[in-house]
Amino acid sequence: MEKEKTLTPSELLTMAEDLRWQIGGNIHEHLVEGIYTDASRIADRVVTGERPKFDLDRAIDRLVTSRVWGIPIMILLFTLVFWITISGANIPSDFLASILIGKIYPAIKEIAFSIGTPWWLVGILIDGMYLSTAWVISVMLPPMAIFFPLFTLLEDFGYLPRVAFNLDNLFKKSGAHGKQALSMMMGFGCNAAGVIATRIIDSPRERLIAIITNNFALCNGRWPTMILLAVIFIGALVPAHLAGMISALAVVSVTLLGVLITFVMNWLLSRSILRGEASAFSLELPPYRPPRILQTIYTSLIDRTAYVLWRAVVFAMPAGAAIWLVANLTIGDLSLAEHIINLLNPVAVLIGLNGVILFAYMLAIPANEIVIPTVLMLTVLTAGVQGAGAGVLYELDSQAGTFELLTLGGWSLLTAVNTMLFTLAHNPCSTTIYTIYKETGSVKWTAIATLLPLGVGVGLTFGLTQVWRLVEAWL
Amino acid sequence: MTAEFKPASTAACETCPVHQSAYLMKLGVDMQNWDYAVALAGNPNTGKSTIFNALTGLKQHTGNWPGKTVTRAEGGFEHAGLNFKVVDLPGTYSLLSTTVDEEIARDFILFGQPDVTVVVVDVTRLERNLNLVLQILEITDRAVICLNLMDEAARHGLKIAHRSLARDLGVPVVPTTARSGEGLDHLVRTIGEVASGKIKYSPHRIQNLSPALTSALDRLSVHIENLYPALPNARWVAMRLLDGDERITQALEQGELGHLSPAATNEPQAIQNLESQPA
Repeated sequence: MEKEKTLTPSELLTMAEDLRWQIGGNIHEHLVEGIYTDASRIADRVVTGERPKFDLDRAIDRLVTSRVWGIPIMILLFTLVFWITISGANIPSDFLASILIGKIYPAIKEIAFSIGTPWWLVGILIDGMYLSTAWVISVMLPPMAIFFPLFTLLEDFGYLPRVAFNLDNLFKKSGAHGKQALSMMMGFGCNAAGVIATRIIDSPRERLIAIITNNFALCNGRWPTMILLAVIFIGALVPAHLAGMISALAVVSVTLLGVLITFVMNWLLSRSILRGEASAFSLELPPYRPPRILQTIYTSLIDRTAYVLWRAVVFAMPAGAAIWLVANLTIGDLSLAEHIINLLNPVAVLIGLNGVILFAYMLAIPANEIVIPTVLMLTVLTAGVQGAGAGVLYELDSQAGTFELLTLGGWSLLTAVNTMLFTLAHNPCSTTIYTIYKETGSVKWTAIATLLPLGVGVGLTFGLTQVWRLVEAWL
Repeated sequence: MTAEFKPASTAACETCPVHQSAYLMKLGVDMQNWDYAVALAGNPNTGKSTIFNALTGLKQHTGNWPGKTVTRAEGGFEHAGLNFKVVDLPGTYSLLSTTVDEEIARDFILFGQPDVTVVVVDVTRLERNLNLVLQILEITDRAVICLNLMDEAARHGLKIAHRSLARDLGVPVVPTTARSGEGLDHLVRTIGEVASGKIKYSPHRIQNLSPALTSALDRLSVHIENLYPALPNARWVAMRLLDGDERITQALEQGELGHLSPAATNEPQAIQNLESQPA
């Protein structure tokens, strides 16, 4: 008898194969059907009571995922979030700057000199490490402390999957997977997290597309740069009572531009190196849950704000020291920094930036958070605004001061807009690049994911600059 | 595992941890200094991460959207003097297809053989959640069903007869509202009871299959049991083989399934227990 004998694994597999033929039909479907039947019988027995006729969740969903109102409501909500952030961050930002940079900075410098600290040590420690850290904190902490809890509240309420639902169709039309909307949402927090989140996409082709384009979702480290530049350059163009709303709209526009670029890149990738059909999937809209406000504020302050700030500080301190060194080590008549900046200037001018900004982006590869502080430091140390080690201090303890300093460094409205565009589209930070490598295991795809956004950024800024200059000349 | 850290009670066989230390190690879970391994499974967005945080006291951010946990989070808690390691698995709707997250969850429950698998269920969507529950109960009989979001069920006017659900499923069912912490102490006690193995459960097995499929499953599982007498889930392995599951086919060919029999791991366990006997 068959049953007496112990089969070897390969005999077992042959037997399974034979049985599969005998049963015929789609076994997978049979199984799934059996499971579903059991599940529905059990559920019918144990669940009683009826859902009420009026379902608030459904009513909200009908509105926020409606074809007509879905996207306008989304834009409105995000604008509101940025507007609250921008109008709320001004005062604490100026307050922090006036203390950290206006009061403490000259005081500790004076103390350091009075106890006979050598000028170069004061330079590295105070003009370098302290100043860059102080800038990071005063520029970034207030907007983050407002923006992250607000964003997290929206997330906890259950709004983000609705955004994904609204965008799903567009993603599919662009030749990518609808779930990419979710990994993009994660990317708005952190691109490294967004890249990991693409694991929910089963098809390797669509997953690669999602990884390559994730960087077009503005991350934690880049929001503060956007917000600051929007406030001091774009908000300043309009009367004071409109400034907050206009700056918020500027940030929303750049964010939406990032989404648009994502679609365009999806479309291009899925019709060139990653050709294929978009696969279908089902997206579950979770129930709305009233967010637990205090706990959300606590966790978003601890998880996001403190995390991002800590990362920025950790990178800002050594970067500050490095910046001071390159600004003070001289070769010939010029400092090392000036040599590098002069080298970068011709390229930078072509794309409407300047050497300082490009150099700052290079120094900021480990963490995008420090771009603005690096630009400010380099401007102070090289643009002849302040003699290194000398006591002359410009007013950097307010946003107006930052505006003046950047203007002295040669910034115009065009520079600011280009910097915002370049912030949106340039190479990912080193953590994200490493994550992409870990997830794809391929140098080729990592290189593409790194260089493609950079190419897009250069293209955008170059195009805008040329058009802008033509229009200026024509006017 | 060093002998000194093992509490005396594990010397008795009915309370032997069943988890596969070697496999858990391979899956990246270090079981040193832990008595029991607890897996948290469930559909996406049922509050697994909230339960995880409540059990472990960790404060990982929990988001209200499906697919938030793609990587595995780990933590632990102590109950009745024993140390429980908790592994939060990615949320999945089933264990039948082959997406990365489903594979992570499936491999962990099958090869890691956690001492307890807690299936977190969104009670407002019980029927759909049961699909996953039934699949997990085919793999392991050491499961606890956590009926979460009881507050929302009440808000929607739903009543759940959790005792008759426990009878139908053949494993303990604990109603909870993780957000406010309701029912969690009961959950911890139940995890402890199931982990200790003092009560044997005979969980629900999928019934409504066609006669042809049922008889094929019976024939195949007899042979699988012959080959690996101590394998706890021969019928499920038979199901996967008939379905042409590549990972399970490979596990069979390479003899991985053989290692899952408790007999294969009892040996080192026995030696350890001897060593831990006072001289």
